[in-house]
Amino acid sequence: MPGSLTLSDDDRAMLAGDRGKGVRFAMRILVRAAEAMGAERLLDVSSAHIDGCLYHGKAGLDFARRLVDGGAEVSVPTTLNVSSLDLLHPGLVRLDRGTAAEARELMDAYLAMRCRPTWTCAPYQLPERPALGEHVAWAESNAIVFANSVLGARTGRYGDFIDICCAVTGRAPAAGLHLDDERLARAVVRVERLPETLLMDEAAFAAIGHIVGRATGSAVPAIVGLPPSTTEDQLKALGAAAASSGAVAMFHAVGVTPEAPTLEAATGDHAPAVDVSIDLRAMRAARDELSTVEVGAAVGSVSIGTPHCSAFELRRVAALVEGRRLAVPCYANTGRDVLGGVPGVAEALRRAGVTIVTDTCTYITPIIEREATPVVTNSGKWAWYAPGNLGFDVAFATLEECIDSAETGRLVRDRDAWGDG
Amino acid sequence: MAEATRVLVPGTASGNVVVLDEPLSFWGGFDPATGLLVDTHHPQVGAALGGCVLVMPAGRGSSSSSYVLAEAVRAGTAPAAVVLGEPDPIVALGAIVAEELYGVGLPVVVAPSPALVTGRRIAVRADPDGAVELEDG
Repeated sequence: MPGSLTLSDDDRAMLAGDRGKGVRFAMRILVRAAEAMGAERLLDVSSAHIDGCLYHGKAGLDFARRLVDGGAEVSVPTTLNVSSLDLLHPGLVRLDRGTAAEARELMDAYLAMRCRPTWTCAPYQLPERPALGEHVAWAESNAIVFANSVLGARTGRYGDFIDICCAVTGRAPAAGLHLDDERLARAVVRVERLPETLLMDEAAFAAIGHIVGRATGSAVPAIVGLPPSTTEDQLKALGAAAASSGAVAMFHAVGVTPEAPTLEAATGDHAPAVDVSIDLRAMRAARDELSTVEVGAAVGSVSIGTPHCSAFELRRVAALVEGRRLAVPCYANTGRDVLGGVPGVAEALRRAGVTIVTDTCTYITPIIEREATPVVTNSGKWAWYAPGNLGFDVAFATLEECIDSAETGRLVRDRDAWGDG
Repeated sequence: MAEATRVLVPGTASGNVVVLDEPLSFWGGFDPATGLLVDTHHPQVGAALGGCVLVMPAGRGSSSSSYVLAEAVRAGTAPAAVVLGEPDPIVALGAIVAEELYGVGLPVVVAPSPALVTGRRIAVRADPDGAVELEDG
């Protein structure tokens, strides 16, 4: 409740305006948010990831301008999430000129505060990333869940605005997932034996994540039954889907993620309130819930890389499209730093006709033409949001099904992989 | 009831109650240009939320929801107040920033099972000391 928050001398100095108006404004927002969260104090963070650079209207610009005009700059290393524009591939985004100018102005405001122009939703793919137990202030739901779950770093479920307030002040509310007890699992999800061919693909993990989010809401789940060989890309897909269909900000994968060597370690003393199982039938149901068109339907395009493709995923796409003729447009979203690290792969993708998107993503800004729908995607997050955001029909599929669909222009299903009768 | 309630953002407001059966993510689920619920997965897709007292079990999904809520306040399409079943920092933050930028109060309170029904007009009073009143008005 308001009144229970104790500030340090330095916090009070910032709140009093000792470091300028911008810092004072940031600390004021941070203190009000900390009170709403019931925090008793603030703690130091070592990095921040900012979501507020994606344009959703003038309010974000008004907010960023207030900070910039007050002289605010970040006090810890700070990365930027996707924006509304692709600066490396101008002409790809079809925003009207006025909106594009304001979107650019918003990006420039965050650069003026000395954030790094990373423009990616997957800051965990960059070379420097937080260590186990390190406190950070990350926004962007998929980055939050990855930092907490896969890296074992500690961030709250931060949204736009508080992200930059934490970056400017170097402080965050000591609440939520920053605290030991809050990180223990309150729900158990048991993944039953699934076909190995299905578990090779990120989409299977996105389907698992979709079910987890639906079943557990905002509770921290412990997932039992994932193979020890589960990759970061697969955990990324799982977390992103769970943070879309639910408010999941952290999960444990028992035997895979750093704070869950055993189920007992993940749950601590808590008796889980939810205990659900996922079998192949549930996987098919999730797949079909994330699809608005039937197998065999004509499709208009393919979009992969939500969250942004890693170098490994780009290589996999390049290998799948090599020597094939794509009948419909195929988009691959990735970060500019990742792309810059694999020039040969980028060239192979372009040669095969794949359109590479950086700095933004096909589900948040107008890139795909309405005529190029339905869209096939291997992303649970894309499939979840696109029908509402863009008004597009969508089909959720494995990466191989995506590329097969791109080649044939029809939605292709691997009935063996999914166990369809 | 009163002892289980909490004030996340103080303020006063009144409007017609809209009770959502499922959580809503403002980003991706709400259009600040129209004030309509646009999440196609939501059972109440199409509901008009502008000026209402929005009652929902929890927030959900994207961390951009704070921005979308603040933008809705700026555009005049936001709910007048939000009553949550459990605390949601992202919804609270959107209301806090909107108030700081535009001086428009949007009270956000936690009331685990309020006896509110859709269509009833009520007044919300959320005091900084934590007192909450939800009354016909």
